[in-house]
Amino acid sequence: MPETRRKAAVIGGNRIPFARANGAYARASNLDMLTATLDGLAARFGLSGQRLGEVAGGAVLKHSRDRDLTREAVLGSSLSPYTPAYDVQQACGTGLETVVLVANKIALGQIDSGIAAGVDTASDAPIALNDDLRRLLLRLNSAKTLGARLAALRDLRPGQIVPEIPRNAEPRTGMSMGEHAAITAVEWQVSREEQDELTVASHRNLAAAYERGFFDDLVTPYLGLTRDQNLRPDTSVEKLAKLKPVFGKGEGATMTAGNSTPLTDGAAAVLLGSDEWAAEHRLPVLAHVVDAETAAVDFVHGRDGLLTAPVYAVPRLLERNGLTLQDFDFYEIHEAFASTVLATLKAWEDPAFAKERLGLDAPLGSIDRSKLNVAGSSLATGHPFAATGGRIVATLAKLLHEKGAPARGLISICAAGGQGVVAILEAA
Amino acid sequence: MSKDTLRELTQYRFVQRLGVPRIPVLRRYEPGQPLLDGPALVGAVGKGRFADDVRALLAGAGVAEAGEDGKVAAAVLDATGAHTVDDLAAVQEFLTPAVRRLGPCGRLLLLGPVAAEGDVEAAAVAQAFEGLVRSAGKEVRAGATANLVTVAPDAGADALASTLRFFLSARSAFVSGQVVRVGAPVGPVGADDPARPLAGRIAVVTGAARGIGESIADTLHRDGATIVAVDVPAAGDALARVANRTGGTALQLDITAADAPDRLLAHLRERYGRVDVVVHNAGITRDKLLANMDADRWNSVLAVNLRAQLTINRALLADEGLLGDSARIVCISSMSGIAGNRGQTNYAASKAGVIGMVRALAPQLAPRGATVNAIAPGFIETAMTAKMPLATREAGRRINSLRQGGLPVDVAEAVGWLAQAATAGVTGQVVRVDGQNMLGA
Repeated sequence: MPETRRKAAVIGGNRIPFARANGAYARASNLDMLTATLDGLAARFGLSGQRLGEVAGGAVLKHSRDRDLTREAVLGSSLSPYTPAYDVQQACGTGLETVVLVANKIALGQIDSGIAAGVDTASDAPIALNDDLRRLLLRLNSAKTLGARLAALRDLRPGQIVPEIPRNAEPRTGMSMGEHAAITAVEWQVSREEQDELTVASHRNLAAAYERGFFDDLVTPYLGLTRDQNLRPDTSVEKLAKLKPVFGKGEGATMTAGNSTPLTDGAAAVLLGSDEWAAEHRLPVLAHVVDAETAAVDFVHGRDGLLTAPVYAVPRLLERNGLTLQDFDFYEIHEAFASTVLATLKAWEDPAFAKERLGLDAPLGSIDRSKLNVAGSSLATGHPFAATGGRIVATLAKLLHEKGAPARGLISICAAGGQGVVAILEAA
Repeated sequence: MSKDTLRELTQYRFVQRLGVPRIPVLRRYEPGQPLLDGPALVGAVGKGRFADDVRALLAGAGVAEAGEDGKVAAAVLDATGAHTVDDLAAVQEFLTPAVRRLGPCGRLLLLGPVAAEGDVEAAAVAQAFEGLVRSAGKEVRAGATANLVTVAPDAGADALASTLRFFLSARSAFVSGQVVRVGAPVGPVGADDPARPLAGRIAVVTGAARGIGESIADTLHRDGATIVAVDVPAAGDALARVANRTGGTALQLDITAADAPDRLLAHLRERYGRVDVVVHNAGITRDKLLANMDADRWNSVLAVNLRAQLTINRALLADEGLLGDSARIVCISSMSGIAGNRGQTNYAASKAGVIGMVRALAPQLAPRGATVNAIAPGFIETAMTAKMPLATREAGRRINSLRQGGLPVDVAEAVGWLAQAATAGVTGQVVRVDGQNMLGA
């Protein structure tokens, strides 16, 4: 067994432009999008026909036929069929968790190279049979005699035709993610103006990054789309102020379709490797994966908001690495909702919260907002759940590489189910 | 790509009985194919310098020497020793029976003389071959071609071999009536493998996502090259397919961007450490009559078709060591750049500019063992020509000696020939791949 612990290198990434649900990718499946994304990555780095250590990928909304989705995508791609693959699922944390998994195996010397990926479609979502009808059909299928079959069919009822449509709701609370976020927004008194300002910054930063060619080696067009469909370069606080709130109630309702992330389709992938593997293949090293942490909160019975787990994960990660919140050149905080980002920052600034909930003597403090999501984030790109981690890791790695060592970046991604995945990258 | 329905119809005997001449189906190269599909007739005027070398090359390729009669797949005349009008009589004496025996898709190849300085008669005779071969190209039938290769006194048989092979083989299916000058090689010719003449070479192809560029990438890869496929970011999905198919890398790059040469060179330096072949293929059209032309159409065409080639070449020349020992630059010009074309003042200006660039750049590259040449395609069947109105398309197809449009692969094969290390004696030249089009000839 190799006696090693090395930092995994982020070599580069690829994603397809993200499309609004029922937009450009309305007819594309998760498998289609993930395969195209792997092929784009293979083309960028000359991986066609090559065997890699592994591909870890996943999706949040999956059809039952998407068993081992990632392996199927590898088989359909130009990568060597001798490349193993497996699926991961951790809500919106899926994409970053795949990066952590692949990076850890590289760090341990178990593999030299791998791809971390994620994909999601809100358009081609699975619709399941009504549970009653499903059980009846299973009974019919296992019936051995004509009598038993007829008996099963006698239980057919018109109501069983109604299908099970996936809902953007927490199974344990019945509330949507937006409704949960709205509670947190009120709790932290996040204003409408702050949210709209953050939204405008996201769109402007993304548009500027496209304009300077930043995404030329991060994005490969797909089905006629060359840029993220949700991007509104000309949006403004005034325009956003006209939108009606969609989450929350009455006075405190501040969350609109503008400052919330829309349902989106897309896929992203990141190529990771050891420094040696990268050098052997004459590939660049943009950044290294330093460390990662995953936290979960009790949003069902406890006092925590659904999307607040990163608030807990980051202090643990900082402490383990002997860093403060201010020791970073870039912050990539996933914009599930503008209010989520703002509430997270407020929680880190709050002395009482630090003491009572995080068990810290002092709060983490505030960050230099000019370092936040500088190439845009989910409010502008959209957020195909499992694809967001890959988008952020590749974007941050390139930003760090541009800035040069010893630049350091923090990633924070909140996820449904009360989870959150955070990580540190440093420039190579 | 549009279908050539007329050519297909003329393959039927009942259509031919109506008096419609058969439009030939051209023999095109496939890996493993013999150099020629029949025997070859080799002759010389006086004491030919290369007749023996030609015979050796043919024998090495398994081609039999033709007997007294019967069809031949090629007729090669070594006329490098022809310097007087009397010598031209011997040329006719060889060619007349040879042309009669030339089979379908046959090759009539003349090795022409280069006159000594001040020898007026020799100069006249040397020039006479150009008129001769261009007329012969219009006379030979059934897909046959006629071409002239002149060989400088200081060029040896080794510098000639790859060019002989190209013009004899099916790789030159759509090249006819052309004159190519083989001079002293700019660097070591080296041994070449006719089956994989580009083995181990790193080749950049711009505009590689589709059309002619895609075919160039596929063809160079087939011949052994590693492909760096370049195209605009918006064409990235098609580009990725080309890169993965050819086992190369895709570089999404707008070649007109200010930092494009830097990014291209950085990619080459990082991933490969050098570059052996650069194919400037990317090009756009923004057609408009000169009277209605606007600055946008004019400048965008010149930026992509000419300025980008100039800036990338400048950066390559300025870089010490990135250009390989036997670097080859191939620039795609156009028949429009030679003949002009209504509605294409911008495009023709850019494509003629490419020719000027190639001629001026060749002497600068020669000391580094590198060559630069231009290829001027004529009517090539692409998605672009498929969109032309039927009458315009039909006219475009038929006004050449082979009475059909060429295929993207015909341009690609010519690029492949000029990209070889072995083609070290051809530089600063323009080769038309147009089936001997009547325009601009």
